[in-house]
Amino acid sequence: MMKRISNPLAAGLLGALATLGTGVAQATENLPGGPAVMQMNLTPAVTKIAEEQHFLHAMMMAICLVIFVAVFAVMFYSIWKHRKSVGHKPATFSESVTVEVLWTAAPFIIVIFMALPATKVLVAQKDTTNSDLTVKVTGYQWKWGYDYLKGEGEGLSYISTLDTDQRNLSNEGAKGAIPVDYLFRVDNPLVVPVGKKVRIITTANDVIHSWSVPAFGVKQDAIPGFVRDTWFKAEKTGTFYGQCSELCGKEHAYMPITVKVLSAEDYSTWVQAELKKAAAKADDPSKVWTYDEIVKRGEKVYATNCVACHQQNGKGGGAVKPLDGAAVVLAEDHAKQIQVLLNGQNNGAMPSWKALSDTDIAAVVTYTKNNWSNKTGQLVQPAEVLAQRSK
Amino acid sequence: MSAVLDHHDHAHDGHDDHGHAMTGWRRWVYATNHKDIGTLYLLFAFTMLMVGGVLALMIRLELFQPGLQFFHPEFFNQLTTMHGLIMVFGAIMPAFVGFANWMIPLQIGASDMAFARMNNFSFWLMIPAALMLVTSFFMPGGAPAAGWTLYAPLTLQMGPTMDSGIFAMHILGASSIMGSINIIVTILNMRAPGMTLMKMPMFAWTWLITAYLLIAVMPVLAGAITMTLTDRHFGTSFFNPAAGGDPVMYQHIFWFFGHPEVYIMILPAFGIISQVVPAFARKKLFGYASMVYATSSIAILSFIVWAHHMFTTGMPVTGQLFFMYATMLIAVPTAVKIFNWIATMWRGSMTFETPMLFAVGFIFVFTMGGFTGLILAMAPIDIQLQDTYYVVAHFHYVLVAGSLFAMFSGVYYWLPKWTGVMYNETRGKIHFWVSLIAFNVTFFPMHFLGLAGMPRRYADYPMQFADFNAVASVGAFFFGFAQVYFFLFVVLPTMRGKGEKAPQKPWEGAEGLEWEVPSPAPFHTFENPPKLNADATRVIG
Repeated sequence: MMKRISNPLAAGLLGALATLGTGVAQATENLPGGPAVMQMNLTPAVTKIAEEQHFLHAMMMAICLVIFVAVFAVMFYSIWKHRKSVGHKPATFSESVTVEVLWTAAPFIIVIFMALPATKVLVAQKDTTNSDLTVKVTGYQWKWGYDYLKGEGEGLSYISTLDTDQRNLSNEGAKGAIPVDYLFRVDNPLVVPVGKKVRIITTANDVIHSWSVPAFGVKQDAIPGFVRDTWFKAEKTGTFYGQCSELCGKEHAYMPITVKVLSAEDYSTWVQAELKKAAAKADDPSKVWTYDEIVKRGEKVYATNCVACHQQNGKGGGAVKPLDGAAVVLAEDHAKQIQVLLNGQNNGAMPSWKALSDTDIAAVVTYTKNNWSNKTGQLVQPAEVLAQRSK
Repeated sequence: MSAVLDHHDHAHDGHDDHGHAMTGWRRWVYATNHKDIGTLYLLFAFTMLMVGGVLALMIRLELFQPGLQFFHPEFFNQLTTMHGLIMVFGAIMPAFVGFANWMIPLQIGASDMAFARMNNFSFWLMIPAALMLVTSFFMPGGAPAAGWTLYAPLTLQMGPTMDSGIFAMHILGASSIMGSINIIVTILNMRAPGMTLMKMPMFAWTWLITAYLLIAVMPVLAGAITMTLTDRHFGTSFFNPAAGGDPVMYQHIFWFFGHPEVYIMILPAFGIISQVVPAFARKKLFGYASMVYATSSIAILSFIVWAHHMFTTGMPVTGQLFFMYATMLIAVPTAVKIFNWIATMWRGSMTFETPMLFAVGFIFVFTMGGFTGLILAMAPIDIQLQDTYYVVAHFHYVLVAGSLFAMFSGVYYWLPKWTGVMYNETRGKIHFWVSLIAFNVTFFPMHFLGLAGMPRRYADYPMQFADFNAVASVGAFFFGFAQVYFFLFVVLPTMRGKGEKAPQKPWEGAEGLEWEVPSPAPFHTFENPPKLNADATRVIG
C-alpha cells in the first residue's frame, strides 16, 4: 500500500517508484510538541528563547532572500542580455576601486546588523542563574538518566528509555500500524512544572551525547567527565520531544528525549506520587531472595538494560560478547561478573552499571547464570553486590 | 608558439627524455611526468568518488523509508563514517591535486613539478591508504563507525579497523603534505620569466594558498589521531575522560584542522571558476587583485573560526560570541568573490558551453550554501540546527555543488587540452542539467528536515520525516547515475580519442599559457622557459 503523500513533488517522484510500494509504512499525522508531517520550518516555540531563535531565523531568511534575489537578478539579467548569441560585444573594464570598496563594505555592515540581535539572544540563552528547578541529565549508551538535584522533586532519580515495542518495530522495518510518536515514546519522561526556570545540567557516562528539545530551543552536549548546563522555561503545558543529537554509537537513533510540562498543581501531585513510589521501591540490600523471585526480577532488568546489545538469545554480536556459555557468567566465583557490571569492560564498550541497585545487579547476574544454556543453579544475593562495591 | 612546438618535437627525438622510454604499466608506476601523475590523481579520485557514492546510496537506500530495512544501525554508522572519510580524503582532495599537477606547470610556464619523484611517491602512497580504508568493511568488527570527525571517546570503543583507519589517514596526510610542498616550490621557483605572482592565473594562486593551509593543518590532524591511537593502545589519556582526559580538547584540535580543511576543498574550486567565467564571458576577470586578497583573507580567517562547529559543547558566552563574529566575517571576502564573478559576466559576450554551465551552476548553488552557512554561524540559531540535516544540506551545497561542480567545470574546460579531442557538448549538457536538478532534489529537502529537527547520522527516523527523506533518496540515485553517465559517455570516449579533434585553443575567450601548447598537450612542455608578453598570458618567442 502506498504512503499518503501531501506534497505533489514527492508524490510525483514516488509515483515512479510505486512498484516499491509493498511494505511502505502507513499514513501518519503530526506529533504535537514534536515534528509535523512535511514540516518546513522550526518546531513551534514554547519558550521565550525558542521564540527569539525563530525571530532571528526569520530575519536571516528575509535578509538572505533579498540579497539572493538582488544578486541573481543581476546575474540572470546579464546572462539574458550579455550573450554572444544576441550579439553583445564584450566590454573591456576589469577593475574599479570604488565598486570594490563599496561591495566589501556593504556585506560587512549587513553582517554587523545580523550580529547585534544574535548577541542579545546568545547572552540570554547562556544565563542559567536563578533557576527554580535543577535537573541533572546523564547520557548513557543508550538512554537518559534524570536526577532532580534542587527544587520541588529533589531526590527523584530515574532512567528514561525508548519504548521496547517501538525499538522492535524499527528492526521489523516499521511495517503495519505505526504510532504517531514512533521513536519518541519513552517509559519515564522528564517531568517539569510550567512557567518555572529549569536548569539542566548535562554529563555523560560513556561517550558524548546531546540533550535536545527543539520546542524549547535547547541543545546541550552531554560530555563524559564534564558538567555543562543550559536552561528553559516552558510557557505551555504539554509533551515535547527531542532526540539525541551527537553520534553515540549504534543505538544513537534510539534514545529520544520526552519532556512532560505540567501545571504547578499537577506537578506537585506527580512529585508526591513519585516520592512515595521511590520509597516503596527502595530495596533492602540485606534482603535474602528466593530463586524464583530473583530470576523473575532479573529477567525484567535484562529486558530494560541488557537486551539491546547482548540480544534476547544472550549471544551478543560483533563487539558485544556473548553471555550464553561465557566462562565469566558460568563461574562459581560471582565476584568477577559483578565487577564487570559495576565497572564496565573494554573501554566502556560494556558500560558501567553501578547506577543500578544492588538488588537489580544481583537479579540480573542470577538471571544470566540460569538462562539459555547456562543452567548453573547459582543464586546471587544483593549483599554480595554490596560487598563488591567497596572493592 | 612555434618555440613550444620545436621543443615538443625535440622531445620526440628522445635524446634528453627519460619518460618516453617507458610504456605499459611502467609508464604509470614509475611516472614522474606531471601530466601522467595528474591523470593518475584524477582517475584515482574519480574511483574513490564512485566508492564514496555507493556508500552514500546505501545510506539513502536505508533512509528511503522509516524502519530498518537493509542495514543494522552499527553498519549504517560505518557507512556514514566511511562515506565522509572517503569523499573528503579520497575524492575531493586528490582530485584537486590532480588538477594542480596537470595545470599548474602549464599555467606558469614550467617544465614539470619541482620534485618529480616525490610527486610519484605522494600519488602511490594513496593507494595502500585507500585500500586500507575501503577494505576495513571486510575486517573483523567492520569499518570505523565514529563519524568522519572521529570524536573521542567514541573512537576508544571502536574495533581494530579504527587503527588501520588512523594509519590510512596518516599516510594520506603525508601524501598531501608532499603534494603541497611540491606545489609551493613549483609556483615560487619555476614560473617562466615575466610571470610575476600578481600576473599568475587564479587557479595557481588559489592552489598556492591552499598548499600553505594544507601544510599548516595536516600535522594537526595527524597529532589528534595519533593521540587517539595512543589513548587506545598505550595507556595515555589525552581524550579518555575515564582517566581524566578531555574529549572536548579533541574537538578543538580536530576542528583547528577541520575548518581550514573546508577551505582547502573550496579555494581551488574558486580558482577554477575564476578561470572559466572570464573565458566564456570573453572578458578579463573583474578585480583580479581583490580576488587574490579575498582568497588570502578567507585562508587567514579560516584559522580563527573552528569552534563554530562546537556551539553545543557549552563554551562560555564570550567564546561563542568570538567564534560567531569571526565566522560571520568570512561572509565578506566570500561575497566579494561572488560579486567579482558576476561583474566579470556583466557586459561580457557570453556563451554557455558545459564548463560555463557548471560555473554558473556553481555560483548559483554555492551561494545558497553560503547563506545557510551564515545562518548556521549565528550561535543562537545553530543551537536548533547543530547536528541536524540542515548541516548536512549546508555542507553538501558547498562541497558537492561547490567543489564537485567546480571540478566538473574544470574537467570540461581542460579536457580538450588533456585528451586532444572535444567532448560531446550535448552529453555534457545532459550531465549538467541532470546533476543540477538531482542535486537539488536530494539536498534541498534536507534543509526542511533539519529545521524540523531531524538529527544526522540516524539509521531510522520518526514517521513525520518520511516524505522528505523519500524525495532525497530518489534524487540521490539520479545524481549517482548522472556521474556514471559522465564517466562512461563523456570522459571515456575522449580518453579513447573519440570525438572532434580539439584545436590548440578550443575556447574563444580563454587566456593563459596552457592554450599556448598544442592539444593534446605534449608529454613535455616548456622545457626551456618561454618568453612571455607583458600580461604573461601568451608566449611570444
